[in-house]
Amino acid sequence: MGAERVAVVGVGQTKHDAVRGDVSIAGLVHEAAQRALDDAELDWADIDAVVIGKAPDFFEGVMMPELYLADALGAVGKPMFRVHTAGSVGGSTAIVASDLVAAGIHRRVLTVAFEVQSVSEAMWALSFPYPFQPPMHAGAGGYFAPHIRSYIRRSGAPDHIGILVALKDRRHALGNPYAHLHEPDITFESVRDSIMLWEPIRYSETCPSSDGACAMVLTDEAGGDAAAASGRAPAWVRGTAVRSEPTLAAGRDQVSPLAGRECAAAVYREAGITDPAAEIDAAEIYVPFSWFEPMWLENLGLCDVGDGWRLVDEGVTQLGGDLPVNCSGGVLSTNPIGASGMLRFAEAALQVRGAAGDHQVDGAQLALGHAYGGGSQFFAMWVVGAAKP
Amino acid sequence: MTELSLPARFEGVEMIQRVRIPARLAYEFTAGVATSRFLRQVVRKRLVGERCPVCTKVYVPPRGACPTCGVATAEQVELGHTGTITSYCIVNVAFYGQAMDLPYVSALVLLDGSDLPIMHLIGEVPYDEVHMGMRVEAVWEDGDEMEPTLEAIRYFRPTGEPDADPATYGEHV
Repeated sequence: MGAERVAVVGVGQTKHDAVRGDVSIAGLVHEAAQRALDDAELDWADIDAVVIGKAPDFFEGVMMPELYLADALGAVGKPMFRVHTAGSVGGSTAIVASDLVAAGIHRRVLTVAFEVQSVSEAMWALSFPYPFQPPMHAGAGGYFAPHIRSYIRRSGAPDHIGILVALKDRRHALGNPYAHLHEPDITFESVRDSIMLWEPIRYSETCPSSDGACAMVLTDEAGGDAAAASGRAPAWVRGTAVRSEPTLAAGRDQVSPLAGRECAAAVYREAGITDPAAEIDAAEIYVPFSWFEPMWLENLGLCDVGDGWRLVDEGVTQLGGDLPVNCSGGVLSTNPIGASGMLRFAEAALQVRGAAGDHQVDGAQLALGHAYGGGSQFFAMWVVGAAKP
Repeated sequence: MTELSLPARFEGVEMIQRVRIPARLAYEFTAGVATSRFLRQVVRKRLVGERCPVCTKVYVPPRGACPTCGVATAEQVELGHTGTITSYCIVNVAFYGQAMDLPYVSALVLLDGSDLPIMHLIGEVPYDEVHMGMRVEAVWEDGDEMEPTLEAIRYFRPTGEPDADPATYGEHV
């Protein structure tokens, strides 16, 4: 972070769904952005710049969509910045927006991320037969499943942990009206008995394919103070970090990537956090397959290596537990890929603003937003707080 | 402006909201010097990796540089056709555009003498007998179907040897 303090004063998201056939891509991003502006009690003219992110363009088959979306986002004649970092893009997009404010370049920045999976084949988009590269035969789930198996082997976690995470996040989603999946009848048995898509990953332990968008308005300290003075608590950005590492490096730890560990250490350091498990009140972690919750808990230093699954087993990560994770329902309940990272960041902001509604963690003061992407080689994280840094 | 109305023959016809149009992008793709060296050997059923001069890790297929050390790889290392399964998944979902019988096994195979597993199919063994540490060997396409890609290996199959010592592949699990 630079010298200028950064505040999140507006958060907006669309209703996420398998097919949002009622709006175009432009309509979808506009819907999220308008809600963020309304939340911030600002108008389009108040925005100095727009920072937008999404997953690869080939998902929708629209190249450089930010160009045509400029109109729908009120960005005509204003600086507009596009960010690309695969599935972590929603997080790194918010960080670019934050940096533009922190550096004093802009005072009010609108940041937006989206995906319209209903017009794409995202599940197989990673499985194109790229010439001269080792073949991928099993899509995104098939890429991550062997690493989940490695985690289970290393940690000795029992089979039901993945089921518990899926059950928890789908139940959390019932408290979030914007979530894509609302499954009030879900049970341990229904998750357990769902088909093994990519053993050890069951159907009900995978994220859905969603259409959706998320937006935030970030301002400088004066903007945050003004929001607070009018009774609309801002979320203060306490720390940000991005890290990446080579995907195909010999000896790379794909269960707990070094880039993730270093990104977490950096964001805690910047936020002045020395004991993350004790100090963080709510975490929104990018968990597209249920087993990634215990894996990331360990990677993020929120527990000792090998203990992530115990936190799940003991209910520590459910709403009401000591370290609530993905109270919004998380990626397991809503996955517009490009927006999924920003939703994590935005939900963290909602928690410390006390604005998370039926999935609010009582009295949350400090929250973590986390996103990862690609073959676990891109990481983006921020810590937001109710109190000014 | 004239009044517009739907011609009578379209009345009652279900409105189309979406059409499916497969997108295709054609690229000229250049393999690069190191990968070209590798692919020219693949069509001769030889697997030749390259060793990093700094960390000594062997990459197959080589891409010309060690991503960890950031230096060019040049030393050729011919590998055998055997390896060890470090991890795997059993796939029960049909792969877009491919006709493989379900379920099938996609595995990370650490070729003997190399330091980075490759992802490939496992064949000639029931899916539920595949496990970490299983020793496997490459089954090649027939000579006249050989293409300069890793698909020249049809799949890997068990060698029948005892499982590998976990110490030999543990850092890849």
